[in-house]
Amino acid sequence: MRAGQRTAVALGALAAMLAMPLVVTSGFWMDFLILTLFVGVLGQGWNILGGYGGQLSFGHAVFFGTGAYVQAILQTQYGWNPWLAITPAVLAGVLVGAFIGYLSFRYGLRGSYFALITLAFAEAFRVLATSIEITEGGQGIYLRLNRDPDQAITMLQFASGVGYYYMILALTVVALLVAWWIEHSRFGAQLMAVRENEDAAEALGIDAFAVKMRAICISAALTASAGVFYVQKFLLMDPFIAFGPGKSVEALVAPIIGGMGTIFGPLLGSIVLHGVGELTKALTAAAGIDHPGLDLVIYGILLVLMLAFLPSGLMGLLRRRARPARSAEHA
Amino acid sequence: MLEVRGITKRFGGLTAVNGAGLTVPEGRIVSLIGPNGAGKTTLFATIAGFLKPDGGSVMFKGSDITALAPHAICRRGLVRTFQVVQPFANLTVRENIAVGAHARLASRRQALDRAAEVAERVGMMRQIDQPAADLTVAGRKRLELARALATGPSLLLLDEVMAGLNATEVEDIVRVVRGIRESGVTILLIEHVMQAVMSLSDHTYVLNNGAIIADGPPRAMAEDPRVIEAYLGHGASERLAAGGKRA
Repeated sequence: MRAGQRTAVALGALAAMLAMPLVVTSGFWMDFLILTLFVGVLGQGWNILGGYGGQLSFGHAVFFGTGAYVQAILQTQYGWNPWLAITPAVLAGVLVGAFIGYLSFRYGLRGSYFALITLAFAEAFRVLATSIEITEGGQGIYLRLNRDPDQAITMLQFASGVGYYYMILALTVVALLVAWWIEHSRFGAQLMAVRENEDAAEALGIDAFAVKMRAICISAALTASAGVFYVQKFLLMDPFIAFGPGKSVEALVAPIIGGMGTIFGPLLGSIVLHGVGELTKALTAAAGIDHPGLDLVIYGILLVLMLAFLPSGLMGLLRRRARPARSAEHA
Repeated sequence: MLEVRGITKRFGGLTAVNGAGLTVPEGRIVSLIGPNGAGKTTLFATIAGFLKPDGGSVMFKGSDITALAPHAICRRGLVRTFQVVQPFANLTVRENIAVGAHARLASRRQALDRAAEVAERVGMMRQIDQPAADLTVAGRKRLELARALATGPSLLLLDEVMAGLNATEVEDIVRVVRGIRESGVTILLIEHVMQAVMSLSDHTYVLNNGAIIADGPPRAMAEDPRVIEAYLGHGASERLAAGGKRA
């Protein structure tokens, strides 16, 4: 596809997404769309560091939860306007990212060691959030409900799903643009070089430490912004939602299924994941088996199958199909 | 341009490089030869900043670069290749070379254009859109060279870029290396392919057991008894000389 065609397709897709609420009117499907886009953003955050940078994190919830808690606390404890809280919330995520990154990358932790460090941080933050006062301990924080339609925009609370849909759509566009920028910039080229071979990257003049630090900060910022959205949508935050394994797993499973280190991989993975999740729920409900958490089992099986048979994800499958056409274009 | 003085590098109880020194004047091709395990690659890694020496110093363009990180040394214009090739396997040849070009160019467009120029220079135009993982050994060696060249170095450290290549491929690379020198890049190379050492280098250093045992013009080195003994064992040069008389 030529660049012009590509832009046209992207704009067409965006227009379709903008018009979606006109077509989708049921609350169930609206929520489905919102959650799918939300996990797409969460996954894109992970993808920047894990997919493009090759630094696989098992504890991305630490950034999600930090962003979410700061967004919640500034409103409930200090009476901030939600719009004003966004910047500090995202910055707090970045700060935590910089801290973890500095500790890990300065001492050259890679692979499973880095994964364990992130996991440990997420767990430590969960315990911390359970035990300190400002997060209101294990019971969590509840934001004041404000469904006044006149204040919907200023208070970032919407009576129907449509408002949240546009909010998460905007975040999705930002996340996709960040990934696009990674693929078309010097920074992205250097990040991928570090992923492929750190020694060779260093030999070619790349400061691997600096590149990884930038990547973890960008990654944390995106993930924290997903946390901000979550708080505004559900108006609550507790230690388990914030820092538990659930968000960490969703953040990494979506891009792995969709395709690590690709622009649309996380979103595609999220669509498949939620599609399968909903299908599982519907099927088990129809069969009369009611086990919450069965969808997580399915996620696990999917993940194993993907890694065994399709390590480059669904995007890898699409790309393999497209490759002959691509080389013909350059010939 | 490069002055290496008294470099010593130990790994635990093993002294891999022991007080080795060498000088590379601007515009020359200097080679470093020696038997396997002599410490050539270790010396290279130390010069390029990958290993911290236990003693000695590396001066490049008049300033001390001994304690610098590899990326900082590369930005000053000294770049190495790896004996065991290290391609970015999931990137195409063009993208691989562009990573090198980004050392000087911020714009993606310019870096990709420079990558094509460099690919042309080392004869990789045909493979330019292939993933690096699909290249043959010869192709990977070329890519290693191309990437290093794309960083715009003034001194290139080539670690066995000809190992494992057939005679025709060696001739090709020799031509490429000569072209690089003519474009104004100084070269220090480690090589086992003597045909290449002879035809390319102006000056040769011989490393054995971590120390420089001889240096001079490549032809003289090939006949130097100390060098022959280093390669073939004690007494070999006498036996060779005796054998030569009998024949």
